[in-house]
Amino acid sequence: MKANGTVFRYGDNVDTDVIIPARYLNSSDPAELATHCMEDIDRDFVKKVQKGDIIVADKNFGCGSSREHAPIAIKAAGVSCVIAETFARIFYRNAINIGLPIIECPEAAKGIEAGDQVEVDFDSGMIYNRTRGTQFKGQAFPEFMQKIIAAEGLINYINNK
Amino acid sequence: MGMTMTQKILAAAAGLEKVEAGQLIEANLDLVLGNDITSPVAIKEMDKMKVQGVFDKDKIALVPDHFVPNKDIKSAEHCKCVREFARKNEITNYFEVGEMGIEHALLPERGLTVAGDVIIGADSHTCTYGALGAFSTGVGSTDMAAGMATGKAWFKVPAAIRFNLTGSLPKWVSGKDVILHIIGMIGVDGALYKSMEFVGEGIASLSMDDRFTIANMAIEAGGKNGIFPVDDKAISYMKEHSSRAYKVYEADADAVYEQEYTIDLSALRPTVAFPHLPENTHTIDEIQEDIAIDQVVIGSCTNGRLEDLRTAAEVLKGRHVQKGMRCIVIPATQAIYMQAMEEGLLKTFIEAGAIVSTPTCGPCLGGYMGILAEGERCVSTTNRNFVGRMGHVTSEIYLASPAVAAASAVAGKIAGPEQL
Repeated sequence: MKANGTVFRYGDNVDTDVIIPARYLNSSDPAELATHCMEDIDRDFVKKVQKGDIIVADKNFGCGSSREHAPIAIKAAGVSCVIAETFARIFYRNAINIGLPIIECPEAAKGIEAGDQVEVDFDSGMIYNRTRGTQFKGQAFPEFMQKIIAAEGLINYINNK
Repeated sequence: MGMTMTQKILAAAAGLEKVEAGQLIEANLDLVLGNDITSPVAIKEMDKMKVQGVFDKDKIALVPDHFVPNKDIKSAEHCKCVREFARKNEITNYFEVGEMGIEHALLPERGLTVAGDVIIGADSHTCTYGALGAFSTGVGSTDMAAGMATGKAWFKVPAAIRFNLTGSLPKWVSGKDVILHIIGMIGVDGALYKSMEFVGEGIASLSMDDRFTIANMAIEAGGKNGIFPVDDKAISYMKEHSSRAYKVYEADADAVYEQEYTIDLSALRPTVAFPHLPENTHTIDEIQEDIAIDQVVIGSCTNGRLEDLRTAAEVLKGRHVQKGMRCIVIPATQAIYMQAMEEGLLKTFIEAGAIVSTPTCGPCLGGYMGILAEGERCVSTTNRNFVGRMGHVTSEIYLASPAVAAASAVAGKIAGPEQL
C-alpha cells in the first residue's frame, strides 16, 4: 500500500479541537465533518486539499479529546497519510481503528516542508520526499497493528477472527 | 524486575502473571463508557459487527452529558440514537436527563467504578477513575464499539512516571493546582503513552475530590492513565458509594519508573494555565499585569464536584461578581446539585450574581451555555484551553482552580482569593 501527495505542514500539539471543532460534533457524518477539517488552524485547508494529500506535523499530533471525528474528518477530507514526530495516544489508536494510515518519524517531520511531494510505502515504512530527493525510515507497526490495518480497521479485524 | 500498579492491574485483567512495558495484551473490561457525542459513532460501528448485542448489559454506561439537555435538533437526534440503543439492549446504566450528570463525576458517585477495575471510555477524561485505584483510559468510538460487543480491549502496557507527593496543600491550593503544576513541569506530552503513578505521604492529605481532579487531567500531559494507591479515604469512598467488590493492587518495591519527580505540596501556589495550552502555567504571584476577563466558568468533569462548589461559595459569600462579568456555575451531578442546594451554596452563587445550570459539559468544549465571542477571555475550572475550544477562534481560556475562578469573577480580572 502506498500514499502519494502534496504536504500540508503543521507544528506541535495540533489538538482535536482544531482538527474538528466541537461546534460541529452534533454531526457524525464523515462528509460533513470533512468540510470543517482543520478549520480553526488553517481556514484554507478544505479549499486546497486534494485526494491523496499528506499531513506532516511535529510533536503530539491529535492531542486532546477522544473524538474519533478527528481522524474521520481527516480521512474523509481525502488525506492519505499523517506523518508526525509523535502522536497523542488516543488519536493514534483511533486512526488505526478507522483505517487512517499514520507514521511516526521525527526525521521525516524535520525534513519535509509545506508543498513538498511525498510518497509513503507502508509495507517498508519508507517515506520519500520527491521534491527534495531525500528519504526516511518511519517506525514500522507491530505485527498486531499491521493486521488491524490490513483488515481496514478494528471492526473488520474482529469480524474476521 | 517488578511491576507498577497499572501493570499489575493490566496483567490480572489479561490473565497473565507478569507483563512489561511495551507488551501488547488483550484485557477483560469491567466497564465500557460512552457519551452523547461518541456513542452514536460507536453504535454505527456495532451495526457492522458479526457479533450482535452487548457483552454484558450491566457493564456498559451510557451518559448523555455533552450537549444535554439537547442543545439543537442534531444533538437531539444523537441522544435519541443512544436512548434507543440503550432500550433495545436493556443497558442498566443509561442515565437520562434528570438522573444524569457529567460522566466522570457521575460514575464514581453511582459506585460503578472501583479499585482494580479495567475501564475504557469513549471520552478522553475517562482517566479520572484512577483516583480510586482503577486502570481507566480514554479511547475512541471504535474501541468503545468493540468493547461493548466483546468485553475486551487491546492495550500496549505502559511505562510509568512516578510522582512522589510530600507535605500538604496550603489554604486556597487544590488538586487543580497540583495537576497544573505537574503539566507545567513536564509539558502536554510529558507523559505521552505512559501511566502517571502518584505516591507518597502527601496523598493522605488530598481529598477524594482533589484526587479525581488530578487523575482527570493526566490526559492533559499525554498520559495513558493516572493512578493513586488505595488508602483508607479511597476505601471509605467506595464503601459509601458502591456495593461492588474492589481489589487493591500495589506496585512492587522494585517496579521500574522511567522518571521520578518529588513534589512538595506545601510549596505549591494557586496556578493558572494561560492560552492556548495547559502547560503554559504561571503561579498567581507571577502574574504581574492585569488580565481583564469577560466570563468565569466553574464546573466540568475536572472541577464540578461538591468540594469545588464549596470553595467557590466560600470566596463568593458576601461578595458580588464584577459588573459586566458573567459567572456560570455548573454542578456536575444531580446529587451534587441537591447537596449544594441543601448547604445553601446555590443561594450564595445567585446572591453573588452568578448563574447555576443543570449538569452539562456545555461550555467546556464550546458546546453551549457560555460560548465566547471574538476576543473574549474566560477563567475556567475546565481542562483545556486550546484555540477555539470555548467559542470564537480568537477567544482565550485561562485554566484555574475554583478558588481562583471565583476570585477572578469578583475582581473582574485574574486574581486569587488572597488578593480580594
